[in-house]
Amino acid sequence: MFMQRLLKVALLGASGLVLSGAMGVAQSAEWQPTKPVEVIVPAGAGGASDQMARLITSIVQKHQLMKQPMIIQIKGGASGAEGAMDVQESKGNAHKLFVAFSLIYTLPIATGLPLNWRTLNPVAMIALDEFLLWVNSETPYKNARSFLDAVKAAPPETFKMGGTGSKREDQLISFALGKAYGAKFTYIPYKSGGEAATQLVGKHIDSNVNNPSENIAQWRAGELRALCVFSAQRMAYKNKITKDQSWADIPTCKESGVDVEYQMLRAFFLPPGTTKEQSAFYVDVLKKVVATPEWKDYVERNALKETFSSGPDFVKFLEKDDANHRTLMKEAGFAK
Amino acid sequence: MEDLSSLFHGFAVALTWYNVGMMAIGVVLGVVIGVLPGLGGPNGVAILLPLTFTMEPTSAIIMLSCIYWGTLFAGAITSILFNIPGESHSVATTFDGYPLAQQGRAGEALTSAFTGSFFGAFFAVLLITFLAPLVAKFALRFGPPEFFAVYLLTFCSFIGTGDRPFKTVISMMLGFGLAAIGMDTVSGELRMTFGWSELLRGVDFLVVVIGLFGVGEILITMEEGLAFKGKSAEINAKVVWQTWKKLPKYWLTLIRSSVVGCWMGITPGGATAASFMGYGIAKRFSPEAHKFGTGQLEGVIAPETAAHAAGTSALLPMLALGIPGSATAAVLLGGLMVWGLQPGPLLFVEQKDFVWGLIASMYLSNIAGLIIVLTTVPLFAAILRIPFSIIAPIIIALCAVGAYTVHNATLDIWFMVLFGALGYVLKKLEYPLAPLVLALVLGDRAENAFRQTMLASKGQLGIFWSNPLVGTITTLALLMLIWPLIALIWRKLRPASVRGSVIAAGQPRP
Repeated sequence: MFMQRLLKVALLGASGLVLSGAMGVAQSAEWQPTKPVEVIVPAGAGGASDQMARLITSIVQKHQLMKQPMIIQIKGGASGAEGAMDVQESKGNAHKLFVAFSLIYTLPIATGLPLNWRTLNPVAMIALDEFLLWVNSETPYKNARSFLDAVKAAPPETFKMGGTGSKREDQLISFALGKAYGAKFTYIPYKSGGEAATQLVGKHIDSNVNNPSENIAQWRAGELRALCVFSAQRMAYKNKITKDQSWADIPTCKESGVDVEYQMLRAFFLPPGTTKEQSAFYVDVLKKVVATPEWKDYVERNALKETFSSGPDFVKFLEKDDANHRTLMKEAGFAK
Repeated sequence: MEDLSSLFHGFAVALTWYNVGMMAIGVVLGVVIGVLPGLGGPNGVAILLPLTFTMEPTSAIIMLSCIYWGTLFAGAITSILFNIPGESHSVATTFDGYPLAQQGRAGEALTSAFTGSFFGAFFAVLLITFLAPLVAKFALRFGPPEFFAVYLLTFCSFIGTGDRPFKTVISMMLGFGLAAIGMDTVSGELRMTFGWSELLRGVDFLVVVIGLFGVGEILITMEEGLAFKGKSAEINAKVVWQTWKKLPKYWLTLIRSSVVGCWMGITPGGATAASFMGYGIAKRFSPEAHKFGTGQLEGVIAPETAAHAAGTSALLPMLALGIPGSATAAVLLGGLMVWGLQPGPLLFVEQKDFVWGLIASMYLSNIAGLIIVLTTVPLFAAILRIPFSIIAPIIIALCAVGAYTVHNATLDIWFMVLFGALGYVLKKLEYPLAPLVLALVLGDRAENAFRQTMLASKGQLGIFWSNPLVGTITTLALLMLIWPLIALIWRKLRPASVRGSVIAAGQPRP
């Protein structure tokens, strides 16, 4: 507490300096935060959402994109439900920015919690996270087809697929593989993608569908092999990451004859009851963030798909994405 | 040897004035954070993390890891002086540390706690230096069954070594119940939240610990006559020297706890499990086992050594594999990524300056840490001379602040009060509190590991004996559980016939 207060004082001091420095610039009449903005991260410390939030706050600070500081609040309890419900219940508070991913669709279906993204105020989607099919590099499978054929040939549920949490994106992909290709896995839920990565290196599971950022270290060390990416096009990054492969060298699953696609939004929302003007302010800040070299660097390092959408386009995307998730969740029997 | 030359290069990196300064600042900050209940390693490091973003990664990690060492050292201070563990891994230190303070031997207790910590840390750093590549491989052999076996071993060694096994079990069950609140990772569904979103995050062990130990102890002290029992807590060169002279006697405990700690830090069972296990094992093997809990130096040395060894060695899997062995290591891991470093086997190859600078700084900062805590303890110990009527409200306020800070939630203050009352009642009824905390901290992870195992084996328990590693740990755990029974049978049969006792002990009833 003491340190927190100390930090707050320091931050206020710093923002004071920024404020006095910016005084010369013409004041716009639009809405602006009047106190520090809490960035609610509905995931564990150190995870992908946390890293992205920390990077964005440091970009905002470095380029002085906002006069008020951003403070990150980790609320990862109950697979992020803690943070999501906190935002859902903070009606009218425009000083709370929610770092969202596909939990906004899956969480209410799996748990019956009264979370509804339609009541939140959508700000913008800033990236799409890719999912890949990974196996241990000591196994003989060189492509998605040979691996999934082996899964199909074995008695059902012999092969173990590890992933983050239960009844969420990883398990949905695992289910979709069974649906589209007849490859049935035993799904083993872990606390985080990092855990699923090391468990695959240790051969305690046979495959995982981690994001690039979750497996990159093990991939580079030659311990894991990427079989295919669950998206319509190959990833754009052509720099060699391992000795002989770049992200762009990994085929899409469709190319390998496995018709499963999945990408996950990385987006921001404001709590219910906030205004268009307020979300417009954050859209503007985020637009500036994604134009910085630091962001480009981050996107490439984590092999995220660059995309930016706000306003009606964003809502249209959300509706479609929501419908996809709903169907999959129902078919998988995850709906409560 | 290549490792050695890397290490010396690391010393060159760590020994710049700037980095030494960062070390000193880090340790002092860490001690302050560690002393305040509720503000511990993970949240302390998390709060200060953004300040280091502009720093060069090596200096940043040196400062942050020093904060971590500071909290590891300081956890013992409040445990011994006030019976409030500043950190979850110093809960076990209260068992004998506080009685020692009550007998006016706080100085001795603190000195041995710090020295034990130092020994454990040094052992772990040596291990990191020489075994890094090997140990990193070993950790990979840990899948769900292995993890569960380790947790089982911790629980069983606690039941097997407790004075009142049944009360221990009941207390443990309460802890398991509390640990189950919130989201169930395996089914993805909510449990025992009763439609209340405040309960989604579950019950944090820090809040429970602050209530049970902090508030509960104040209530007991009030009943017993509004006075602190710790009379004097002088720590001076003489006390330090005399304690140091006693320590070689406990060399076996020191080494045993260091080994347990390193094992738990790497596997990663964590510092908390390590401290409990260190205490349990020391008690098991001590000739003065019956005196444990009444103020034994050994009972302070054992958990502290294990905790610090675990905390230190937890950095190894974090650097080498990206698996954090403790909550603080998890936050440091997040920092690493923000600095643009990718933890993993390649870190040791690509970022030599960073890795070996950090390892070298661990040697230096633990020496610095020991000196700093030994010299500043009189400051903290002086608090004991303040009248209880003044200090009690301050402690309660600190507890409330600490409980609130964990999640910035007002509800947690009420939980603290509730657990304060519960702690008082349980203590009066002579239920041990430690098993409750242990189960609360590890219950969730143990449950996940067990259910992941069952998913993989399709419900076959045989998987716990499916390879030598997991088989050994599981068997050891079950032996620990029935240890009192074996000992009993052994003692009963011994006078009759030696041969008979061997047979009986070989076939213990389950």
